[in-house]
Amino acid sequence: MALEAEEKTRVRRGTIVPMRGNEAVAYAVKLSRARVVAAYPITPQTIIVEKIDELISKGEMDAEMIHVESEHSALAATYGAAVGGVRAFTATSSHGLMYMYEVLWWVAGSRVPVVMAVVTRAIGAPWNIHVEHSDILSTRDTGWLVAMAENNQEALDLTVMMFRVTEDPRVYLPGIVGLDGFILSHTVEPVEVPDQELVDEFLPPRRQPYTIESGAPIAMGNIIPDEAFEEHRMDMHESMREARRVIEEAGREYGKLTGRDYSGLVECYKCSDADYLFVGIGSWMGDAKIAVDALREKGLRFGALRLRWIRPFPWDELREYGLEKKAVIVLDRSISFGYAGPVFLEVSSALEAKPSMVGVLAGVGGVDVNYEDIVKIAEHVVSLVEEKGRVYVPALWYHLGEFYPMKPGPLPTRKTPRHVNKLLEELWSKKS
Amino acid sequence: MRLSSRKPRKSLLPGDTALADSSPSRKDELVVEPGDHFYPLSIAAPGSMGRTGSWRIQRPVVDAEKCIGCYLCWLYCPDNTIIMREKAGPRGQDVASIDYEYCKGCGICANVCPVNAIEMVDESKFISQS
Amino acid sequence: MAFNIKALPKKNYIMPGNAACPGCPENIGLKFVSMALGEKATLVVPAGCTSVIQGLWPRQGTSMPVLNIVFAAAASAASGLSRALRIRGKDDIVVVWAGDGGTADIGLQALSGAAERGEDFIYICVDNEAYMNTGIQRSSLTPHGAWTTTTHRGNPGRKKPLPQIVAAHRVPYVATASIGYPWDFISKLKKAASIKGFKYIHLHAPCPVGWRFDPGLTVKIAQLAVETGAWILYEHENGKLKLNPPSNKLVDPSKRKPLEEYIKLQGRFRHLTDRDLEELKKEIEENWREITAILRAQGDL
Repeated sequence: MALEAEEKTRVRRGTIVPMRGNEAVAYAVKLSRARVVAAYPITPQTIIVEKIDELISKGEMDAEMIHVESEHSALAATYGAAVGGVRAFTATSSHGLMYMYEVLWWVAGSRVPVVMAVVTRAIGAPWNIHVEHSDILSTRDTGWLVAMAENNQEALDLTVMMFRVTEDPRVYLPGIVGLDGFILSHTVEPVEVPDQELVDEFLPPRRQPYTIESGAPIAMGNIIPDEAFEEHRMDMHESMREARRVIEEAGREYGKLTGRDYSGLVECYKCSDADYLFVGIGSWMGDAKIAVDALREKGLRFGALRLRWIRPFPWDELREYGLEKKAVIVLDRSISFGYAGPVFLEVSSALEAKPSMVGVLAGVGGVDVNYEDIVKIAEHVVSLVEEKGRVYVPALWYHLGEFYPMKPGPLPTRKTPRHVNKLLEELWSKKS
Repeated sequence: MRLSSRKPRKSLLPGDTALADSSPSRKDELVVEPGDHFYPLSIAAPGSMGRTGSWRIQRPVVDAEKCIGCYLCWLYCPDNTIIMREKAGPRGQDVASIDYEYCKGCGICANVCPVNAIEMVDESKFISQS
Repeated sequence: MAFNIKALPKKNYIMPGNAACPGCPENIGLKFVSMALGEKATLVVPAGCTSVIQGLWPRQGTSMPVLNIVFAAAASAASGLSRALRIRGKDDIVVVWAGDGGTADIGLQALSGAAERGEDFIYICVDNEAYMNTGIQRSSLTPHGAWTTTTHRGNPGRKKPLPQIVAAHRVPYVATASIGYPWDFISKLKKAASIKGFKYIHLHAPCPVGWRFDPGLTVKIAQLAVETGAWILYEHENGKLKLNPPSNKLVDPSKRKPLEEYIKLQGRFRHLTDRDLEELKKEIEENWREITAILRAQGDL
């Protein structure tokens, strides 16, 4: 008996396949046995939809694809299917996410589990299809669980896990898995694909709090008195907090089955003994790890704390690893205009601004940031701290090797080209 | 009232538990398990906006003598507040009566009645009586 | 008579004491949906009067399961719901119950998508010819000349021919109906329920609050709309058009009641000028011309 039990928990290796991040998500959806997928194509999410359709067409995946006419409909159809009692999935990016924004709230408020992938991308105007975190971070307050992958393996694993966590009766909130546009979505990496039996063992049959169907004249979402509405909101808040425990459990079990442990809401890389800490989300935290090693070789004890989950927010972990540091550098790939990076604002509130803190804005709209840039950022911050003792800089823009403190006053941004201004002046002087 | 007190119910593929149990594929299995949360769910029940009879300005009054039990008022009443009493009329015919607790007094019944058996009477008359 | 009223079970087809205004046509319509489809109907309701009509949590004022959904998403949510229920082997009849705004304006894109994909549900547009829930603002289904709170001098536009637009998607079934003709509406609902694919029913629903008439006249005005030829009862089944009684007799204009009988009972047309009235008549005449042309082409006239 004991032997049997041991065998059950033994790590079972999957098949290693080189694939793009989007394909990893598609395989995760197939392995999770989603039955309805509704999506509208948008760069850089498209491969997910194409791959799922291919898997369905080849008979490898038993699901229906709803070819909706917009993202608003994509999430609404996914939600309709979920309310009807099947596992349902959608994926989008940038403007697509913006277009479905009101539906996000409706889904979360109804407490029906749905899983969505968000392939991060800048939001226009002007058009830019490259990576930025403005889109995914705008979902912060919607009541969805939000996780961010660092690599393609994690994109697959987190997607499978997200189905389990969202369908746990202690949670019953929808969930988003984020992966960086192009950097992960279109880049091939070796990904270990678990066997179907393993995923079946990990992921129980679909659970949900209710369905809307004939037999019970129940209405979901009719008008509710204000006091009850407020209670409902606080219940969502409690469930989001409860989700922490569920994530830890599911992550641990996934680790036992696959050898890849996801019990932490954060990933800590050499951060316990570090004097300085990088904090951030997404793929560039992989570069931050390389930067940590490079900096340590130079005698600077750096560490990296990657927030794998944004909601629920890893408050405890941040305080555990962050409070005692000499300085915490938050890397933000988007900006809350007029203030600072959204991740910085979150982290700063958790750390009560106790350590020295610098919020670095970089890589917005897909501007390339590699580990050498991150080393440069680190050295700049270290020199600031050594010079001034304690620093608190919410927004420091790192752009093409230079640093620009985002204080009031003129900024070295590009202005509208002179000839365009001249043209406009001529046009309006003629009119007046 | 929280619906979370509802007992969990399990529904499987149409009436076939054996299929779900024997098949290695659990794909069509669904477990409805409420958990302990506050869902914005409501149940069909009268009075979702209270005792709407208080909205009434005019009251429909049925003349059982005239009523021919044709059910037209029952059919068109927007609020389902016409109760047909079977064989309760003076000639043994079905007769319309009104649920004043909820009747909003719109007067559709009086307008669709083919024999003018329903009269709309000002509510004030009933107040002064009592 | 397609069905015997007295044979219907005496049950709550709509819950008394819900939040509908006195004389509400939507409540009447919901009753008929429930009568026609029985226990099998599951409603999907976007923002609109029916979001309110249901009344306050924890009660709801219809007799059917309801999935409320954001304004523009009724047809897409219904697509997902109907797919899931079919996958689970259920034979529910998913019914979208949406107003003219939720159908002809903000919901048109989702409706067109679902129609084109051939999703398996019944879409009912309950048309009270303005945004009544937000307080009588004009919609694209407001008739020419009608007063609303955003067209104080009368609606300059004309009613969008929505049933024709849906029919142009070549869906298996499109019909018009009226809350004043329950037999017609119920038989259309039953027929729609028996057809697989996308079905559309456009239900004319005179609103006492928005059209400014006595709430006791809701049914009468609905019937006058048909008798004067202002609203035409017909169905498109697999591309073939058929007029339904009593509209089939009204191809001959002399059989129609004068339009004024319908207009004069409604405050929203009180300020109608002669020119506006002529415009409205012309519009109605055009609708009839279109229909008779199709009937002729089919060899049915």
